[in-house]
This record gives sequence, structure tokens and C-alpha cells, in this order.
Amino acid sequence: MRIRAITLRILRQFIHDKRTMALMFIAPLIVLSLMSLVFNGDAYEPKIGVSGVPLNISAALKEHNATTTIKEYDSEELGKSALVEGKIDALITLDGKAGNSGVIPQVLLEGSNPTANKAVIMTLQKLSQKLLPSTEEQLQLQPQISYLYGSENMKTIDRFGPIMIGVFVFFFVFLIAGVSFLRERTTGTLERLLSTPLKRWEIVLGYVCGFGIFTVFQALLISWFSIQILGIMMTGIFGYVMLITLLLSMTALTLGTLLSAFAANELQMIQFIPLIIVPQIFLSGLFPLDTLPLWLQHIGYATPIYYGSEALMNIMIRGKGWSAIALDVYVLIGFSLLFMVLNVLALRKHRRM
Amino acid sequence: MGSEVPVISVSHVGKAFGDKQVLEDISLQVDRAETFGILGPSGSGKTTLVKLLTGIDEVTSGEVKVLGVTMPKLSMLQQIGYMAQSDALYTELSAKENLEFFAALYGLKGAERSQRIKAVMELVDLQEHLRKRVDQYSGGMKRRLSLAIALLHEPPLLLLDEPTVGIDPVLRLSIWKELKALNQKGTTIVLTTHVMDEAEKCDRLGMIRDGKLLAADTPAGLLQATGSTSIEEAFLYYGGVRS
Repeated sequence: MRIRAITLRILRQFIHDKRTMALMFIAPLIVLSLMSLVFNGDAYEPKIGVSGVPLNISAALKEHNATTTIKEYDSEELGKSALVEGKIDALITLDGKAGNSGVIPQVLLEGSNPTANKAVIMTLQKLSQKLLPSTEEQLQLQPQISYLYGSENMKTIDRFGPIMIGVFVFFFVFLIAGVSFLRERTTGTLERLLSTPLKRWEIVLGYVCGFGIFTVFQALLISWFSIQILGIMMTGIFGYVMLITLLLSMTALTLGTLLSAFAANELQMIQFIPLIIVPQIFLSGLFPLDTLPLWLQHIGYATPIYYGSEALMNIMIRGKGWSAIALDVYVLIGFSLLFMVLNVLALRKHRRM
Repeated sequence: MGSEVPVISVSHVGKAFGDKQVLEDISLQVDRAETFGILGPSGSGKTTLVKLLTGIDEVTSGEVKVLGVTMPKLSMLQQIGYMAQSDALYTELSAKENLEFFAALYGLKGAERSQRIKAVMELVDLQEHLRKRVDQYSGGMKRRLSLAIALLHEPPLLLLDEPTVGIDPVLRLSIWKELKALNQKGTTIVLTTHVMDEAEKCDRLGMIRDGKLLAADTPAGLLQATGSTSIEEAFLYYGGVRS
């Protein structure tokens, strides 16, 4: 009865507050769309300058990849100044003094952008394979590549997508739930609530229910949008994606309301973002955890987003079922329950009974 | 009042926040259907004392009893109507939605709820603004709505922290009339104020300064005991400032 009253009140507050609704529903969609555009972009095509290079190599360069920009310079100096000005990513020259047969191409990379560096080196490697006479044996040794999960068409967004769904859901719910619980305290309504026969756990549960209803819709919208509109790779069951997204929201909601007890105002709530959210993103599996120091890996195991993105990757990329995500589900439920209990205890600061 | 238990009985109450002693050895009693005013400058401990009476805060020493029950006690909160010093309202909701929310917390439902909402809004003269959002209310209107919410569940004890701040004199008069009418019906009212002329309307007054209860008596009794002509003068007398 009282829990229902709080739930209803939160729903009404949301309906009156269009802007917060937009932040919860529209903002994640915009950010995800932007991300998809950024990571879906075509591979970087390097701009290569050549100077004093025999025509056959130049021609081969152009032939190899029509989209690679080749610029010819009359002298090495002109080429170098173009490199300095950032017009080209690399300059190829030949050491003219050596004999015609033993020339070694000299490649000078601009060097400040690893992506461009790799693109140039890749292009040159492929080119040298082509220019060298290939034998029958070499062709037979060409490995046959197949994929256990994913496919050769898999893009960066397909890998980042599941993680980012988890991250954005967590981020926005954490912030909104945290700030609205904080505002109960700063506006005095929390004290007013505590002067009614309301029990502390009823407040916490009321919040979970009220926000829970919204997060169901949010989870549904974000999952649907990512998969159907953005076309992020999805090989598993949609219901599981929903479940994990929802559980992540619950964890974010309970953590946000818990931490709001330790913030004196909205700004201090924002200060939790670099402390609570950003490290979780880095440890979420966005980057391989195996290369990190062991102690940092262990911290990763204590963060909710890690389990959320782990499960989402298993469902969406690897198409796995319940047995693969069961542990993640239990851990996320465990986190939520823990944060709820701690929140009930934190409210003791305001009323001991 | 014979053998009837006092509505409020405070005995040797002290309250400290950390090292800071906010209330010291306060003892007082409030009987049924009385209006008891707690008078004192800001920072004197009025709000702390009220919060001890609600049971939101706990005493450091001594004992607070409400209707014979030692506080804090959750079930007693149903017997208390509390109006905080700050208007604890959900400003993005309408007055009606605020009232419905608090009514539900006190267990009012259906026809009784609608009837009580109508009654309290008439009492504070806000019935025309029932559907207006609270962020469009003026300061005085918010104060009145807070009072209306405190009255919703017809509690036998009303604890009002600075109830008439920001309310114009005409309306203040009508609110006092209603408070007196509630007294008539048996409701006990404890309120804090720092307005001296308002203090005279209380049946009895407790004067607080620096966390100590200087005196507690009827306004007339206080005037007589101090030989003063106004409550303000009496307050200064107890405060150790003599003209």
C-alpha cells in the first residue's frame, strides 16, 4: 500500500518532468547512434607520398587499392614538407645511390596517429606480397580462416555495442536515481517521509518499483533500438538482452540511491561519475582485461558493468543461452540486493527506527 | 486533567550532535487539547526539540513520552501530524498529487481520502488551487499546503515547526482560528515560533535559549512572574538581559 504510493508518486514525477524522461529514454539512443556511426566508419585509407620511386612501384600502389591516395613529389624535400604539413601520412623514397637491383625503399611515417601508421604498413605489406613473385607452394600454404563466433563482417561496433548498451543504461539510471533520491534529502521531503509511519525498507522498495517500471521501458527501447535500428550484431535471444539490461538498471538504481546518501548536493553526486562510472567502463571488457595487472583485474570482478557486458557479449555476439549468463544474472541480482540492504541501513542516519 | 496521561512528557532531555550540546536538561509536559508554544531565537534548539517529539531524532539523555509511549516508536507516527520548517513538498507535482501521496502513506483511501483532502484544503483556503502544480505556488501557499498535509489524517497531536512563516496577517489569523477550533475538538498542538505576538495566542509557552528551557507557563503567568508588560520583555528577562 505505502510502497504503491511511492511508486505512483515517482511515476507521476517522471510524467511531469519531461526533460528527465528525455534524458532517460532519448539520450542513450542518441549517444549509441553516434557511437555506431563513429565505429562503423570505413577503414582508414592512408595518403602516401612517393618521390624518386620507379614507376612500376607507383603504379602497383595505385592498382593495389584505388582508394589509397598516392601523391608524387619531384624531390624528397617537397615530400618531406608535405609530411610536415600533414598532407600525407607517409613518404616513400628510394636510396638512389644503390644499384638498381638492390634498392631498399625508405618509408618515413608521419607517426603521430597509430591508426594511420598501421594503415600505411598494412598497405605496404600487402603490396610487397604482390610484387614478389609467388610460387605455387606459397599459395597452398594460404590458411583457411573460419569463425567460431562473429564473422569476417563483424565491425568494431558489434564488439563495443553490447558493452556500451550496458554502460549507458547504467550511467543514466545511476545519475537520475541518485539525484532524485538526493533531492528527497535536500528538499526535506525525506525527513517528511520519515515522519510518517513509513518503514525505511518501504522507501527503498518504493524507489525500486517506481524506477523499475521506467527502466523496463528504457531497457526495452534501448535493446530494440540497438539491434533493429543500429543493426548491432545479435545472435542470441532478445529476452535475455532485456533481462540483463534490466538487471543492470536495477544495480545502477540501487547503487545510485545508496551513494546519494554520501553526497551533500547534486554536484557531489556528479563527482561520483569519475569515481564510480569511468573505472567501470575501462574494466568492463572494452579493452582486454588479461593484459592488466592482476590487482586491477580483481577490481574489475567487483564492478556490476563487468558482469553486465560479459553477459551481453555472450548473448549478442556468441549467441549463448542461459547456462552462460546464469552466473552474471545471479551476481547482478546479488549486487542489487546488497545495495538495497545497505541503503536501508544508510537511512538509519536519518531515522533509527 | 486528573489521572489522564499528558500528551507529551519530556523529562531531563539532552541532545548532543557529536560534541555539540544542542539541548540540555529539558523537562516539560503538554496536556490534551492544549496549544503549547516553543519560543526562542533561531539556533536555540526549537527544531531539535520538535524532532525529538516526532521520534525522527533520538534523545542523548532523558526520556520523551508521547501519549504515554516512550519515543521513538514507529507506530506513534500515525498519531502525529508534523509540519517541518522547510516546505517538504514535491514541487513538480500538483497539490492534489502531494495530498494523495501523503494520504496514502497514512493509510487513507477511497472516499475518506477525497473527503479529507477537500476538508483540509478548505481549511487553509487553497481549494481553488488544488490542481495547480506546487512550483507555481507562492511561499505562503506552500506553507499552507504543508499545514494541510499535516492535518490530513486527523492526528490527535500536531507538531508544527514555524507554521505561520510567510503567511499574511489575515490568513494567519484564520489559521489561528482553525488551530483553536482543533483544540476545541481535543487536538493537542505544539508549535515553534519566534514571533512574540503569536506566542501570546498559545495556552502555554516554553522559552528556549541556547538549548535550555528558561521558563514554561501561561503567557499571563510569565508576564506576572517577570513583571513585564510584553512577552518580549519577559523573554529578555529570562535571557538575563534586564533593562
